[in-house]
Amino acid sequence: MKLKQLESLLGNLQQFDNPKIELEQYPTGAHIASRMLYTAENSFGDVSNKVVADFGCGCGTLGLAATLLDAEHVIGLDVDDESLEIASINAEDLEVEMGLIQCEIKNLRWQGQIVDTVVMNPPFGTRKKGADMEFLSTALKVASQAVYSLHKTTTREHIKRAALRDYGASSAELRYDLPKQYKFHKKKDVDIAVDLWRFVPKPKHESSS
Amino acid sequence: MRLLTHNMLSSNIKGVINGFPLLIQAERVVEKQVDFNPDFLKNMFSKIDWKALADASKTMGYDELPDEVPDPSVLDSQEFLQKFHHALLELHLEEGALVCPETGRRFPVNKGIPNMLLHEDEV
Ligand SMILES: C[S@@+](CC[C@H](N)C(=O)[O-])C[C@H]1O[C@@H](n2cnc3c(N)ncnc32)[C@H](O)[C@@H]1O
Repeated sequence: MKLKQLESLLGNLQQFDNPKIELEQYPTGAHIASRMLYTAENSFGDVSNKVVADFGCGCGTLGLAATLLDAEHVIGLDVDDESLEIASINAEDLEVEMGLIQCEIKNLRWQGQIVDTVVMNPPFGTRKKGADMEFLSTALKVASQAVYSLHKTTTREHIKRAALRDYGASSAELRYDLPKQYKFHKKKDVDIAVDLWRFVPKPKHESSS
Repeated sequence: MRLLTHNMLSSNIKGVINGFPLLIQAERVVEKQVDFNPDFLKNMFSKIDWKALADASKTMGYDELPDEVPDPSVLDSQEFLQKFHHALLELHLEEGALVCPETGRRFPVNKGIPNMLLHEDEV
């Protein structure tokens, strides 16, 4: 599928009706989401025929992009049932299959090493301090191949250090597939510059985490 | 919820040691056809817990998988792969529950979505 086509399909998805500020529910735009998954697939082969998990999937944009790029099994995880409901309608509209799980990211217990790739637009931790880091450390435990994640540019050094030193990443690479200083429209006049990261987890031994 | 997802989840209640596999209470099971991908299945065969899949599919009314881990040579059989495919990816638990094997706590599944949220005293 062409990037343009992916972006336009994602652009038609339904977004949060009543965004819950405390959960940092803002949509991951079609522009950024399509480029993120397109890179994951075309530069690294991390999507097609893989098992992909979308952490904090909200209305499902990233996970659905993975299904459109032929991931074999995609699951979306979110704490909020209203968002999961919308994600499920979006999947139906696109006529694709995406499994959904209602959970708190840090409290799910995983068995085995089945997930290849985690994609996410985590809460930036502006409402609940450390939420971004909770997502990142869990993602690096769950993924066996790669983690793609969006983080505030202002946290760049911190993210890199924590991923490599504390969360078992063997590499943390900034991707410049997004226009420089991609602006995240949070409120009318507040924009947040974000980075797209690709992390590679260290190989793990078979165990539950 | 597909059984592949079931194969990745363990009971997440504080203090539980043997939380896998979650038992299935099936009230409604649906089947949704998907494309057959033998390479994916061969890759999954080495990653999943066979017994958990075989038991789960039986509970869902599909009794075609061997109970014990089959020899990897079965992966050459098209017929075996078709059954594995069906159990792993085409059976969906639509309504019912996942039950912690140690404590009996029920995690409800509605519209195919398991609710794994914990109560305060379970975290
Ligand atoms: C920035 S939004 C992601 C939007 C999503 N990518 C989309 O396309 O709609 C962050 C999401 O994380 C969810 N979330 C926040 N804290 C969470 C937690 N602790 N566990 C699971 N999900 C959480 C929110 O409900 C929200 O949907």
